[in-house]
Amino acid sequence: MNAITNPSRRGLLATVSSALGAFTFGFHAPLVKSAAAQGSAGVPEINVWVVVRPGDTVVIRIARSEMGQGTLTGLAQLVAEELECDWSKVTTEYPTPGQNLARNRAWGNMSTGGSRGIRDSHDYVRKGGAAARMMLVQAAANGWGVAAGECSAANSMITHGPSGRSTSFGAVAAAAARLTPPTDIPLKDPKNWKIAGKSIARLDTAEKLNGSQVYGMDLRLPGMLNAAIHACPVFGGKISAIDSKAAEAMPGVKHVLRVGDNAVAVVADTWWRAKKALDAVKITWDEGQHASASSAAFAEVIKAGLDAPEAAVGNRNGDARAALVGAAKRIEAVYGYPHQNHACMEVMNATALWTPERCEVWTPTQNGEAALAATAEAAGLPPARCEVHKIHLGGGFGRRGAVHDWVRQAVTIAKQIPGTPMKLIWSREEDMLQGRFHPVTMCKLQGGLDAQGNLVGLHMRISGQSIVAGIFPQNIRDGRDPVAFQGLNARGGEADIGYTIPNLLIDHAMRNPHVPPGFWRGVNLNQNAIYLECFMDELAHAAGKDPLAFRRALMGNHPRHLAVLNAVAERVGWGNTAAPINGQPVFRGLAQTHGFGSYVAACAEVSVSDTGDLKVHRIVAATDCGHAVNPQQIAMQVEGSFVYGLSAALHSECTVKNGRIEQANFDTYQVLRMDEMPKVETIILQSGGFWGGVGEPTIAVAAPAVLNAIFAATGKRVRDLPLKHADLRRA
Amino acid sequence: MPTKPPLGSGITEWQVGAEVAKLNVNGRVVDIQVEEDTPLLWVLREQLGMTGTKYGCGVAQCGACTVHVDGAALRACAMPVSAFNEGQKIVTIEGLSPNSSHPIQQAWLALDVPQCGFCQSGMIMAASALLAANPKPTEAQIREEMTNICRCGTYNRVIAGIQRAAGIGTSG
Ligand code: FES
Ligand code: FES
Repeated sequence: MNAITNPSRRGLLATVSSALGAFTFGFHAPLVKSAAAQGSAGVPEINVWVVVRPGDTVVIRIARSEMGQGTLTGLAQLVAEELECDWSKVTTEYPTPGQNLARNRAWGNMSTGGSRGIRDSHDYVRKGGAAARMMLVQAAANGWGVAAGECSAANSMITHGPSGRSTSFGAVAAAAARLTPPTDIPLKDPKNWKIAGKSIARLDTAEKLNGSQVYGMDLRLPGMLNAAIHACPVFGGKISAIDSKAAEAMPGVKHVLRVGDNAVAVVADTWWRAKKALDAVKITWDEGQHASASSAAFAEVIKAGLDAPEAAVGNRNGDARAALVGAAKRIEAVYGYPHQNHACMEVMNATALWTPERCEVWTPTQNGEAALAATAEAAGLPPARCEVHKIHLGGGFGRRGAVHDWVRQAVTIAKQIPGTPMKLIWSREEDMLQGRFHPVTMCKLQGGLDAQGNLVGLHMRISGQSIVAGIFPQNIRDGRDPVAFQGLNARGGEADIGYTIPNLLIDHAMRNPHVPPGFWRGVNLNQNAIYLECFMDELAHAAGKDPLAFRRALMGNHPRHLAVLNAVAERVGWGNTAAPINGQPVFRGLAQTHGFGSYVAACAEVSVSDTGDLKVHRIVAATDCGHAVNPQQIAMQVEGSFVYGLSAALHSECTVKNGRIEQANFDTYQVLRMDEMPKVETIILQSGGFWGGVGEPTIAVAAPAVLNAIFAATGKRVRDLPLKHADLRRA
Repeated sequence: MPTKPPLGSGITEWQVGAEVAKLNVNGRVVDIQVEEDTPLLWVLREQLGMTGTKYGCGVAQCGACTVHVDGAALRACAMPVSAFNEGQKIVTIEGLSPNSSHPIQQAWLALDVPQCGFCQSGMIMAASALLAANPKPTEAQIREEMTNICRCGTYNRVIAGIQRAAGIGTSG
């Protein structure tokens, strides 16, 4: 039963009242903590990463975006570790993209995607913390007239060993800021970490408990108007005609505007009024050449690609085709993966203020610099006359990174009402229809076994959509999308195949539909891991071997892949029969992969009732990310990854009919809810020596582990997702 | 011609069709001026400036807009303001407790439940209403009753948080 109860509707509202003064709801300026170039609140910065205020409060600057993944806390831990500051006095602030531009990218890359927040910046942020500590120590030593080497820092205090004198960071911060920064900056051995490497509570929880966290959607500026927008639901279509007479007469409506050639916006005093008026605008679309496109028709195009002679090679050794011909036993299967929407809980939104001289944007973004570039372009102003204020994100998952379509729209609207701040909020329906979708692909796998059941050859032909071709076409070389082979690459990268197969061919026939693709959390690792790990299970079954033993035999040269697989197998007691739950027998499935620099594996435990109802009871997951900066946050990312991955595996898909996406809200784009959430046990292997990402890789093992467990339970191979279409009654 | 009331925050003009309602929000009676079909969610966010209550779907699917009405959880996006009168006590996340002291908020803090946090106002309001109605829910009841969507995937910590607030141990 749902806990929600609705009171009965009552008739008309109360009669006119004259007293409206119960609350005063003044406009509030955005609660954005912004780093001024000269340091916050007039206090000089020690360096770009660290400001120490007189009361010893340490402000750590965070260049990456926090969208729930915990990177803000993790990065602060790394700086604080080297800084030797008192963690209880740490606060954070975001430098703006405009400041980064003005200071020659002093904060480096602001892009927050590809699970890169920590793995790509750990070195320079730790050096920032260490350099600041060295300068604080030097300043104290100068004050005492002693050698810096005789002084040490701990807990925001500096002590002179021989004399026992001590002083605080805050007391010497101004002097430290005037020193020349050191160039030789040694870092701690992670073995000696005290703040990093620990499951410290997040820095950003309190404001999420009482409604005070300001998301982009919550922003209010003095005199601000609100806009709702509707773009042509058929990608590539345009406005043909607009009849806005009725909308213009509606309460609060200020403007009905064209936004580029493909969208209509209503600007009103409140968003709800804008939205209602937008629904009253009669728009005639020129739907263009894709007006009759459908998922079914595109599936035929992809299918043809599975056997096309031309394909870009991603990984090859030996002669897979010849090995298949000569194999004692040959197995073939075709898998598919549909379009998905990121469906961030917070829909796309941006607030923009345009004048002929300057344009400012406030928006939740995973990449402030890309948002600034989009702002400048749409504003028709140089980037130096624009600024982007990053607002806390209500989820990102890749939607708010590479493409800033909503920012362009907001600026395009604001440009038509100069001097007036304007907040654009997409409806959920707009967010669903105008996504940047997880690519649609299929994969034909052919494997050859010798008489002893050893894998002698494998050909994986992926056919379908390329994200890179849609977003960064300049990165496609000779028809090859380098990101298409995530998790399948030869050794030495951040997403390598974990098996040594004597004859191997993995290739990709690119087939792009008109649906715009996006980097969807996990990117191409998601489908590639399903294809490879489910087919490994099929091969093991055909060879009459245990799926774990079959994999292990191919993993001798891949110790880190093997270690995570072994870790989950050991934890569940692979090989023993699982205890039944509620009278239902429980079956297990395995999967492992490597992506975003980390090694991950999962074992899913499921049962399937006689009527075909699937229950995922427990997932044991292992992650080896090398250095673990905050184990609890890693566990949370692993748990969250299963929600994202299982949502897609069980329920979610975006299908196209008449050129447009059919699923417009959560009633049809269904996602995992609490009733279906399995228990998750996370094993974190800290093998050290490298830095892997944790926000994405685990998503990829969710679906194949469950699909393999379903086979164990039912004898049925499900090769097309989502599972809601599959009949799981025992074969 | 009725007397035009002063304008509320956000609303810039009074027009025919805009009516005035009295609502009891977080213990205070407020007058709001708005078209009667405006969802309670947007009245809270745009007239009363209480943006802790979130818009996630607008069709009673996600629970991001959950508030309490006379102690029961209600999805504010799908209810027109005309459905409420000042006798009904509406509580939003801003009014759940002073200083985030409600046992659910305390449990959330202890377990670091939120990730992006966008769904969490609704989660907390749904969870607190659940405990008010059923102080010692079983895990199965929690899973059944809590139908809010979290895309970041905090579900297991939400369950643990409710159990902690209820003073019952986690089961496995
Ligand atoms: S916004 Fe009300 S249930 Fe989603
Ligand atoms: S915490 Fe991000 S949607 Fe729930």
